[in-house]
This record gives sequence, structure tokens and C-alpha cells, in this order.
Amino acid sequence: MSARVKQAAATEAIKDASQLRQKAMLARHFDRLAAAPQTGERCAYTFVPGNLTELLLSFDLLPVLPEINSLQSAMRGKSAEYISIAEKLGHSEDVCTYVKSDIGMLKSGNIGPTGQRLPNPDILLLSYTGCFTFMKWFELLREEYHCPVVMLHVPYQADGHITDSMRSYVVEQLQTQVIPELERVSGRAYDEDRLRECLSLSARAEDDLVWVLQSAKQVPSPIDAYFGAVYYVGPIFSSFRGTEDAVAYYRELRVETEERLRLGKGPVTPDGDMGNERFRVVVEGPPNWTSFRQFWKMFSDLGAVSVASTYTKVGGVYDMGFRHDPSRPLETLADYCLGCYTNLNLPTRIDLLTRYLDEYQADGFLINSIKSCNSFSAGQLHILREVESRSGKPGGFVESDLVDPRYFSAANIKNRLESYFQMLDQRRAGGAS
Amino acid sequence: MKYTVGIDLGSTTTKAVVLDERGGVMGRGITNSRSNYDTACQIALGEALTNARFSLIESELARGGVGPDAALRQVSALERRFRAEQYRSQLRVLAVELRRFAGRLLTLSREIAASVDTILAKMDEEVDGLYAEGARRKSDFFRDLAGSRYLQLAEEQARAEGVAFDTLASLFDKAILDVENSSDAAGGFEDHAQAAVLGWDGAAAALPAAVERIVALELQQIGSVGTGYGRQRLPFPEGQIRSEILCHGLGAHALFPGTRTVLDIGGQDTKAIQVDGDGIVTSFQMNDRCAAGCGRYLGYIADEMSLGLHELGPLACASTAPVRINSTCTVFAGAELRERLSLGEKREDILAGLHRAIILRAMSLLARSGGVKSEFTFTGGVAKNPAAVGALRKLVAENYGEVRLNISDDSIFTGALGAALFALRDALRGTEIAR
Amino acid sequence: MSGAAALAGLVAGAERVYRDYSLQTVVEWKARTGGLAIGYMPIYVPRELLHAQGVLPVGLMGGRDDLEIIKGDAYYQSYICHIPRSTIELGLNGSLDCLDGVLFPAICDVIRNLSGMWSMLFPGKYVRYLDVPQNFDRRVGGAFYMRELREIARDLETRGALALDAENLRGAIRAFNENRRLVRGLYELRYRQPWKVPTHELYVLLRASIVMPVEESTAMLTQYSALAQADTSRQPLDQARVAVTGSFCEQPPLGLIRTLERAGCYIVDDDFVQIHRYILHDIPLDGDPLENLVTAYLEDGVASPTRYIGDGVKGEALLQRAKESGAEGVLFCAPSFCDPALLDQPMIVRAVERAGMMWTAFKYSENGGQFQVIREQAGTFADSIKLWSPA
Repeated sequence: MSARVKQAAATEAIKDASQLRQKAMLARHFDRLAAAPQTGERCAYTFVPGNLTELLLSFDLLPVLPEINSLQSAMRGKSAEYISIAEKLGHSEDVCTYVKSDIGMLKSGNIGPTGQRLPNPDILLLSYTGCFTFMKWFELLREEYHCPVVMLHVPYQADGHITDSMRSYVVEQLQTQVIPELERVSGRAYDEDRLRECLSLSARAEDDLVWVLQSAKQVPSPIDAYFGAVYYVGPIFSSFRGTEDAVAYYRELRVETEERLRLGKGPVTPDGDMGNERFRVVVEGPPNWTSFRQFWKMFSDLGAVSVASTYTKVGGVYDMGFRHDPSRPLETLADYCLGCYTNLNLPTRIDLLTRYLDEYQADGFLINSIKSCNSFSAGQLHILREVESRSGKPGGFVESDLVDPRYFSAANIKNRLESYFQMLDQRRAGGAS
Repeated sequence: MKYTVGIDLGSTTTKAVVLDERGGVMGRGITNSRSNYDTACQIALGEALTNARFSLIESELARGGVGPDAALRQVSALERRFRAEQYRSQLRVLAVELRRFAGRLLTLSREIAASVDTILAKMDEEVDGLYAEGARRKSDFFRDLAGSRYLQLAEEQARAEGVAFDTLASLFDKAILDVENSSDAAGGFEDHAQAAVLGWDGAAAALPAAVERIVALELQQIGSVGTGYGRQRLPFPEGQIRSEILCHGLGAHALFPGTRTVLDIGGQDTKAIQVDGDGIVTSFQMNDRCAAGCGRYLGYIADEMSLGLHELGPLACASTAPVRINSTCTVFAGAELRERLSLGEKREDILAGLHRAIILRAMSLLARSGGVKSEFTFTGGVAKNPAAVGALRKLVAENYGEVRLNISDDSIFTGALGAALFALRDALRGTEIAR
Repeated sequence: MSGAAALAGLVAGAERVYRDYSLQTVVEWKARTGGLAIGYMPIYVPRELLHAQGVLPVGLMGGRDDLEIIKGDAYYQSYICHIPRSTIELGLNGSLDCLDGVLFPAICDVIRNLSGMWSMLFPGKYVRYLDVPQNFDRRVGGAFYMRELREIARDLETRGALALDAENLRGAIRAFNENRRLVRGLYELRYRQPWKVPTHELYVLLRASIVMPVEESTAMLTQYSALAQADTSRQPLDQARVAVTGSFCEQPPLGLIRTLERAGCYIVDDDFVQIHRYILHDIPLDGDPLENLVTAYLEDGVASPTRYIGDGVKGEALLQRAKESGAEGVLFCAPSFCDPALLDQPMIVRAVERAGMMWTAFKYSENGGQFQVIREQAGTFADSIKLWSPA
């Protein structure tokens, strides 16, 4: 076997390792969840923005994330049916489709992405962070499950920074409400040492994740920081942050990315390695999940690579240097929740996007405006104009939805994307094309 | 003679613009869109080339001492005769298809066939009259023109002979598809130009020779670009497709070089486009999820009011007290209209309100794309509507101050013009990709 | 002047204020007093705090059906409710120039994001998001809220308002207690004798009240109450008694309210202009007034979709009000795309159904002009109440 082929084979094997590991992690997690009614393990339903994974793990509670269930349902083609069930039950066509998909899934036996039944929640940890709909979601689920709910109100960074008052408010709620409830539900006492251990594991994983995300500053970028990166942030935002598994996963991912960088390779796409990187874009807004690959392909077919995205910061923002800090466990949890993307005010979001355009050497940015998500979408047109004006780089605008396939019109989106990229192309050529 | 062509496949019509090597417009062609995209493109191109040849004949005559006014009259008349020939040609194909379908009927086949023959004979008699000087036709598309006359005659036949109108109508529906999807049903310049001159006693002495020369003139295509919205597949190689946003921007710039903002209100979508000094798009916004405020909406209103589309604008202009209309939702258009009429509001006042509402939507889209800068070019079918233009002028002045507004009679060809210019640029740079 | 004429004149005056985009009442007040005027978005802000500092609180509830949106639509996609675009329109067209700032209470993500946009669009003005607590423990949520209010008070002081003072605050609480009592009184009068307090009249009074000094509102409501009670020209009609819910932020057009009434409904309970009935009882005057204000929010606030229900039962508060007001049916009347109203609706509907009450639902937008469908729906609903309700 020639050296080249050997190297290629080795690279192939390396490329798959992190994906395989992630798959195994998820499988184990869902197995545990499926077995929970028998094993007696308790689970807490909670949200990605404002997630307190380390705290839950320190109580041996299994986190379940209905948002992730909804997006998984969409990728498996089940969300249309689930949404229809919810709408027949009286849920409005105007509201968040994650919620409706979850309600529909619940009514259809609560079968999760691995085909196993998800356990009922022992507690609903209502981390009220960055999204009003979360409050309603768990009020609705409470009526279905009749289980305890604990509210954690994470105040909004309205003025663009975290104040002591906000932090104390969150910490006090953790102390007086959340932790006592978790103790009651889990039957365990709060173990701060255990929490600190998890937090230091989190920080290690976060360092590697950030390295990977920032590798996109290189030209060409070895990763796709939107479509590709939603897989990368899965473990950090869900049940794995704070575990050895996550540390291993992110270490592996980093090694793979380093290798791609070394070889000058572009990101992996649904059709294999991306060839020529023609356009570098920053993307704002959640992806569409029902036509995820098709949407991705519209980018990759045109040689467009996402070099930074805001959706991958929805559980927490690391760009400003945040890492979980075991020396101040409750404060660090508070800061993490307070700092997630959807909890940032509009001016801060504009600054972040503008910075990304510069730091990641992007040609332009795209906004995927989601019909049913007001938290992201309300104000995006203002963001579009402001970021264009500040960066001097053009913004594109497409509209779709999270998990309702009725609001993804491929022709419509493709037309706008092609027009946008052709526009970028023309501008680059100085109009002489 | 070399040319490039740009083809714009729209939802209702397909347009083609043909340019010479210096970028001058040689000809324009338009046809109704149809299910076979290849055919639609070929026909549109054919029409544009025909238009080009007529222009060439006109120049030739004018140069040859006939004088520009006379040349124009000659060529206009020639073209009418030519169109009549095309119509006849399509009528012949239609006849074949109608008879074929009639022959397949299980019952009353002979009676139906006889009615069809009567109808066709009448239609054939009327051809010259349709294309006589000063004649006004409902449409220039065979499908619409022949279709409406056929149905009228079918009704007469149904009454007179007792044959089923529905059967006659359905025969047409089937037969017309074959006419539509055939690229040579109408026949091109070479087929009919000489026939049009022959036996025409009004022809100038120099005309037959000019026609013969232009028929023989080789027109060589050196580049083509296609554009058009939302088609899964335009019948062009990938490298020769350009987004209609870019084509529209460049086309508007070509029509009015000072253009900085373009508004296009089409049948189903609205586009707001900002361009730079070279006609390159710098930003754009589209409203394509919802047809509210687009041409189709006006079509529904026209139907509801039993008016022709072209009558809406002038009627709206007659309003003295416009009614405030809040929603331009097509779904509710009929209901809203009926409610207001029943409340005693005047048609012209309602229409004035509707036109303003449509333009308000356009203003939002313009604001989203970056505002309105001088010069502001307004294209699309709605640009021919005086009430829409009036409302636009007013709102632009109120919100952006003095801005020069451009409207071209040829604005429907803006996209095709831009596409043709892209084709020319590609050809000149020799980057045309052959597949 | 006859009672009926005086009544009509009073209502007409209130309607003029309701329709006045130029906020003349605010402009005049500022000219008189030289004080700050601070606007606030729905649903609730502690107006007493502002009043105590010599600031005029000005309630903003969007544009109406007669406001043409020209600039506002450039900021919002079509699947977002209407109130933020009309609010931006009013801001950009100068209607709100008389305001020195705006408070944005935490009610939903649209208004939340609007606060950031506002700070960018109007950099010279005071813009403050009021993150009302969803934790109702006095030592936790209450303490946080207290800190928020003190900060707002300090901010206003640096902008020229009076320093926050206990006596002034007590006085303010007294004034707003009285104002709220009058509103409660009118609501009671309306459900006892709905023909005496047509909702389309009450509505414009409530809307006018939020853009004028509280004393003027109190005088106006007092006068209306007396005139309405004394008036004998209005006769009872055989209308169905309905409770309207969902209209606490973006407001329905006045035409919609009239349509409901003409369709055969007496609106005996509603959540229009909810700030008037957000705090359910008088706020105590003894003790620390700021603490009382905070406690009132925590413990005496109306059950709104924007307040975490905790262990409460969804719909219970509405059913209670329906019972008190003798409502026979519930009209869910929400703006299109309104997350709080529409997400809560299925839970409240279930509660209403469990209680055996009839209900119907529709959506509106503040600039809607077409009420035909609603008229038919409400009419049918009213008829079915009269036919099928236990007499």
C-alpha cells in the first residue's frame, strides 16, 4: 500500500472516531433513560439555554432535553405528524413548533430518537432563560405529567452585561429553590465537591470545543461552523458536559480537526469532503431540521462554508473567554446561563456578528429567520441592516422554520441563497464578471 | 451576425432579449409560459429573433431611401401579416389535434367533429381581421386569443346544434397542449416572412429583396443565459443560469444607468434590489412566501369586479376619497371587497385603497433592503398601473424626498435583458461553458 | 347639560385622547410641570414609583387601525405580532418625541428584543427593560425586584426626576389605589348592569387614563361612574354575558369591541388595558411603601400568561372572575402570533371546559378592519349561550 493511500486510510479512520464516540455516548444515554423505570434512575427535563447539566449530574439525575427531542423528531421525519396532533388539540399555528412537536410526541408514546420510550420526568427544571416560550412549555408539560416543577428565572442581559444583582438572584434561586428540589427528587444531598469535579471536567471539554470552533478562522476552514458544528455542540449543551466522556469526545474532535487543518482539508459535508472553499459566511439563527441535509447541500454545492454561527452558542457563549469555574460553583452556573446567546440583548448580538465577520474573515453573513421562534427572529431585520452597515459586508436573508416542514420551501430558499452567493461573487469580481 | 440571448422564465410569461456584440438590443420576444420549459425557451428565443429580423428589415428599408416613417409603417404592416400567418399555422395544428381527439370520442363523434369544423372555419375566416391595422386583440398569445374565441363559438354551437359545450371545451383543453408544447406550431421567420410579402400589394418595391436578404442572414448565437424563479431545473447548463435578482438588477441598470434601487412587483413575488454604479447587486429582499400585493392579487380583484386588469389602475385614479385597506391578503381579497361594496363604498375608492396598500408592502420591502436611492427604477407588470405608480411616487416622496423614478415600457423584459448582458460578458471573456 | 349629553361628551373627550397620536395630554403636562414623561409597554409597571418621583407614566399600547405602517414593517417579518411595528412607527414618526424614555416590562420575547432595538433607535432616551421576577419569594425574587426598582429610581433621578422618597411614594400609592378602586367599581357596575357601562365606552376611558396624570383619570372615572349610574336612557338588552381574555397587550380595534357588543354580547369581564387591574387590591399605606409595592407585585398580581403559575391551576383565576361577573361564556380573543396568549390558551380552554362553560376563540390584529367573520362567530356564540346555557 502506498504511503499516500495508507495516510488516507488512517485519516479516514480518525475522521470517524469522534462521530462514533458521540453515537455511542448517545446510545448509552438513551439506554439508561429507557431503563430508568426499572433501574429507578431519576430524570430531569430541562432546556439547553440555561442548562445546569453539572448540577443535575452531581445529583445523579439524567437530563432530558425536549428541544433536542423535537429536533431529532424532525430529522427523523416525525415532526409534521406530531405538530398536527398538537394543533388538533388546540395549539395555535402561530406558536413554537418545538413545543408542538414535543406535545405530539408525548401523545404518541414519547418515543425518543433511538426508538425507545423516554421516561416521564421526575422533575421539570424550568430554566427560564432566553426564551419566554420555555415557561409555557413546562406549564403545559406539568399538566400532562403532574410532576414537580422548579423555576429558575435567569434575568435578561438587557444592558449588555451581567450585574451582581442578576448573578445573586440566580444563585439565591439555586440555593433556596433548585437545589432543595433536586435533593428531594433525587433523594441525595447536595454534593458541592462532586459539582466542582464536574465543573472542572466541563472546562477541559470547553477548551477543546472552543479550539475546534475557532479553527474556522483559518483559510480554508477545516470545519463547517453551522451545519457541521450543531453536531459538535450536542454533547456540550446536553447531558454530557461535566463527564469524562465529553472530555474524551472533544479531545478526539480536536485531534481530528488539527489533522484536517494540517492537511489543508475543508469540512466534511453530506457529500464528502468539501472541495473548493468559495465563500465564507457567518450564519445567524437556528437551522431548519426537517430539511437539514438539503439545506446544507444548498451551501456546500455552491462552495459556501459557514465559519461562525450564533446558534452554536445557544447553550452558552465561550467567545468572550467563559469557562466553567469550579472555584465558584454556583456563580459559574449562573454566569453560564446568563451568558447564553438568546439571553444577550440585540446590540450585543449585533456586536458579536460583526466581530465574527471580521475575526473569521467572512465574505458575508446569512440570517435564517425562523417563523415560530420569536426569541431569535424578532429584530433580525434590524440586525441585518446594522451588521451590514457596520461590517460593510452583505447580509442574506432566508426564512424557514425549526421543525414544521410546511414552512420550508426549498425553491424559495434556494433562489434566495443562489442570488446571495452570485451577488457575493459579482462583488468580488468587481462587477467585471 | 452574432448575438447573445437572455431568457427569463416567469410564472406567466417567458421573455427573451437578443443583443448584438456591442450590447445593443436587437430584438425582444415574449410568449406565455407552458409546462415544457424547453419549448417555452425556444419559442421566446424564436420570437426575439423574429423581432430582430423585423428591426433589421426596417433599418435596411430606412437606409435604402424609403425613409424611417415609411419603413416603420411597412414593417408594422408586414409584421401583422406575419403574425396572421403564425396564427394560421397554429390554427392548422390545432385543427389536426381537435379532429384527432374528436375522432376518439365514443359517442356523437360525427356531430362533435362537424361542430369543430364549423368553429375552425369561422376562426380561419377571422384571422385577417384579427391582425388588420388598428385591430385590438385581447391577447397576443395564441392560447388566450384562440381559446377565448373558440369557447365563444363553442357556446354558439352548443346552443344552435345541441352539442355539449363541455365536450367541445375539453377537446380544446387537450388539443391546445399539443399546440403549446410544440416548438414549431407557430412557425418562424423563415417559414412565414416571404409568404407575408407575397401577394401583398401594399409592399414597397424594396421590401421583397430586403426580406429575402434578412431571411438568409445567419444569426449566430455566441452565448445564452437563463433566469427564472424557483424552477427546479432551467433548461440551461448550470454555468449559464443567473439568479433573477442579479439579472433584474443589471437589466434595470442597462435601461437606466443611474439606477440605484429597483422595485419589481411581479405576478407572484416582489423584489427590492439595490445596485451599484455597474449594475451589480449590493443587497436585496424578496417577498416570495406570500403573494399579497403582487400582480396575482390584482388579478383576483379584477376578476371579482369583472374588470380587465388594465382597467383597475385608471378606475382607482378616479377616486376622491380612498378607503383605508389594511390587509392585502389574497385569500380574503374577495370577502373584503364584497363587504366594502355592501357597505356602500365606491369601487374607485376601494381600489385606490388597495393600490396604496400594495405599495405600502413594497415600501416595507424596500426599507428592509436598504431604502430608496435615486434613481429608482420600477419594473414588472404592476409598473404599468397608473394608480400603483401614483401611490409609489407619493410614498417615496414622503419618505425619501426627491427621488427620480424610472419606468420603462419594456420593463417586462428587464430580467431577460440582464441575462443577455451576462451572456455577453461571458462570451466576451470567452468563459461560456459548453456542456 | 342633560345627563346623557354630559355622558356622551365625557366619552367623546376620552375617545379624542385615545385617538390622539401626538399625546397632547403628555405635552401639556410637561409644559405645565417641566417633569419627565416615561412611556411603558404592556402589561404592568409600578406606576406609583414614577409618580412619586414626579414622572408621568405614559401607557403605550401600539397604534390603532388608523395608523399606516410605513417604517415599522421594515423591522419585522410578517409572522410577528403587530404591536412592535406600530410602536416603532410611532417612535420614528415623532409621535413619541415628548417621552423622555420607555420602560419595557418582561412579557415576551418580542417586547424584550424591542427594548434593545429601541435603545439603538433612540440613543438619547432612557430605555430600561424591567425584568419582573418569576420567583415570588420575597427574599429572592422580591429582593431582586427591589434592586431593579431602586436602580430605575436612581436612573430617573440622574435624569432630573425627584429622588425617591417614602412620603411621596405613599402619596402615589394612595392616588393609584383610588384610581384602581374606581376601575374595579366600574367593572362591578358593568357586570351588575352592563347596559349602563357599554364596553366601547369603558374602553376609551381606560385607554385615555393611561396617558394622563392619575388625578385627571380619577376625576374622569368618578364623573363617568356617577353619570352612568344616574342615566336611565339605556335599557337592558337580551345579550349573552361573556368574559374576554387574551387581549392584554396588542389591543383589539375599537371596531372589534363594538362588533362583539352588536353581535349580542355583553362583555362582563376582560383583560383590556390590564394595568388598571393588575394589582388586585389596595396596596397598604403603612410600613415601607417600596416594600409594599414589591409585595403587591409578588402576592397580589393578576394571573397573567406572562406570570409563572407555579403551583397554581391554569384558568382558575379566569373562572373565578367569570363567576363573579356572571359570565356565561368565554371569548378567547388574542392577537395573531401572540405567544403568551396563544400558548396559554389550550390550558385555559381545558379549565373552562372542565367547568362546563362554553367558549369560542378568534384572533385579531390591532390594525384589522374586517369584522364580518368575527361578527358571525360572536353572534352564533351569543345565540348558543342563550339557547343552551342553564337559564
